[in-house]
Amino acid sequence: MADQKKKNLTPVQQEYHSLAKKHEIQRPVMKNCIKAFLVGGFICFIGQFVQTFYVHFFEFNERTAGNPTVATMIFIAVLLTGFGVYDRIAQFAGAGTAVPVTGFANSVASAAIEHRTEGYVLGVGGNMFKLAGSVIVFGTFAAFVIAIIKTLIVGWGGL
Amino acid sequence: MMLGHRTWFFENNPRIIATGTICGPFEGNGKIPNDFDTIHADLWLGQDSYEKAQKVMFEEACTKAIEKAGLTKEKIEFLLGGDLINQITPTSFASRTLSAPYIGLFGACSTSMEGLALASLIVDSDYGKNVLAGTASHNTATEKQFRYPTEYGGQKPPTAQWTVTAAGAAIVSKEGEGPIVTSATLGRVIDMGMTDPFNMGGAMAPAAVDTISAHLKDRNIDASYYDYIFTGDLGSIGREIALDLFKKHSIPMDKEKFQDCGLLIYKEDQPVLAGGSGCGCSAGVTYGHLLNRMKQGEIKRMLVVATGALLSPLSFQQNETIPCIAHAVAIEAGGANE
Repeated sequence: MADQKKKNLTPVQQEYHSLAKKHEIQRPVMKNCIKAFLVGGFICFIGQFVQTFYVHFFEFNERTAGNPTVATMIFIAVLLTGFGVYDRIAQFAGAGTAVPVTGFANSVASAAIEHRTEGYVLGVGGNMFKLAGSVIVFGTFAAFVIAIIKTLIVGWGGL
Repeated sequence: MMLGHRTWFFENNPRIIATGTICGPFEGNGKIPNDFDTIHADLWLGQDSYEKAQKVMFEEACTKAIEKAGLTKEKIEFLLGGDLINQITPTSFASRTLSAPYIGLFGACSTSMEGLALASLIVDSDYGKNVLAGTASHNTATEKQFRYPTEYGGQKPPTAQWTVTAAGAAIVSKEGEGPIVTSATLGRVIDMGMTDPFNMGGAMAPAAVDTISAHLKDRNIDASYYDYIFTGDLGSIGREIALDLFKKHSIPMDKEKFQDCGLLIYKEDQPVLAGGSGCGCSAGVTYGHLLNRMKQGEIKRMLVVATGALLSPLSFQQNETIPCIAHAVAIEAGGANE
């Protein structure tokens, strides 16, 4: 892909690209990974705490406590998005806040807030899944493909 | 008078008799809050959408400039302006209340100097006495237009820039007191094949270098003629690249005198990554901070080069490269002959 792009550039453009590359500050990948690991882990720790809370104080077992836990985490993420804090944490944490369910909640809530001025139907309703939509589409599609593979292997492969 | 290939030299001394600058809360906490006429503490400006807030900001900048010039709305013959939002509606809507004949411009972040150059041309050629040129940008309205929702938690790379919430307007007149617009060089669209919308400085630097070198050549001067050369919003990365390009083309350029509006507006500790950007960046800084420094006598001659990236969210998603442009306007306290 990158090579394909490079082929379409004139020599002058290519020369400029290598000059510009020198000054371009790269994302600090290692540092970002560590931050993402710690913050993501911390979010999961809170999730675990919430789950234990539901198991101890309500009529849930480890399996059924999953749903209210996710709902609580989503609620917190949406609240933080509304208060304008979530994006600041995310600038620090990167994938740490994007990968857990809180990131998904943030992408839906932020789009809903953003398009509120365009009305409820065409604004909020129409744009809410602007970012999350592709996650749902490709998530469902990936699950479908995996299910077919599993069926083929287990059902007909006789494994 | 035309100089060289693309430089206008204004012989009748059009001058900037008054300016109006407005900014938002984040800029109010920046490095140059005293150079803005009004600082709003509320990002919404009491409106129910950010686009409306931007419209109000532009209106306020224009009214402020008219008020400071001691004129009335009716005395403004033409209004030149534009912005970054779809079909430049905030500027057009603001022009509805200002009710002067209006020319809508789009040059992305270069709109500020595009407007000033055209306003000076109109005044210089006697087709108008008082012409208003201005532009505005609003951080959240622009983010919404070009990027993700503002509250979305996407991590921005260190090359990204922060759209300035500010508006700036200037009245160019034949009569009155003020710094003189001596010449303007219009930019060509330069495309170096850059595709990363989070690295605007890198995309725009060649356009700035092209316009500056054309300007110096057309006027037959070198960079030391100016006390300062200010670029619009190259940011820290674009500025470094531009300096490198000058070296490569062997155009002498003093590092200290080659400054960027996007780096002047915020404090070092504000989280703006590579610097400020947006129409309001060059307009707000030039019409406020820079002209004030000129008034105090610190700057006598300056060249302001507003840079613009002519992309749209659509063009970027369709894998188009980012074409860029830069317009340069020379402002000299005592005209070109002194």
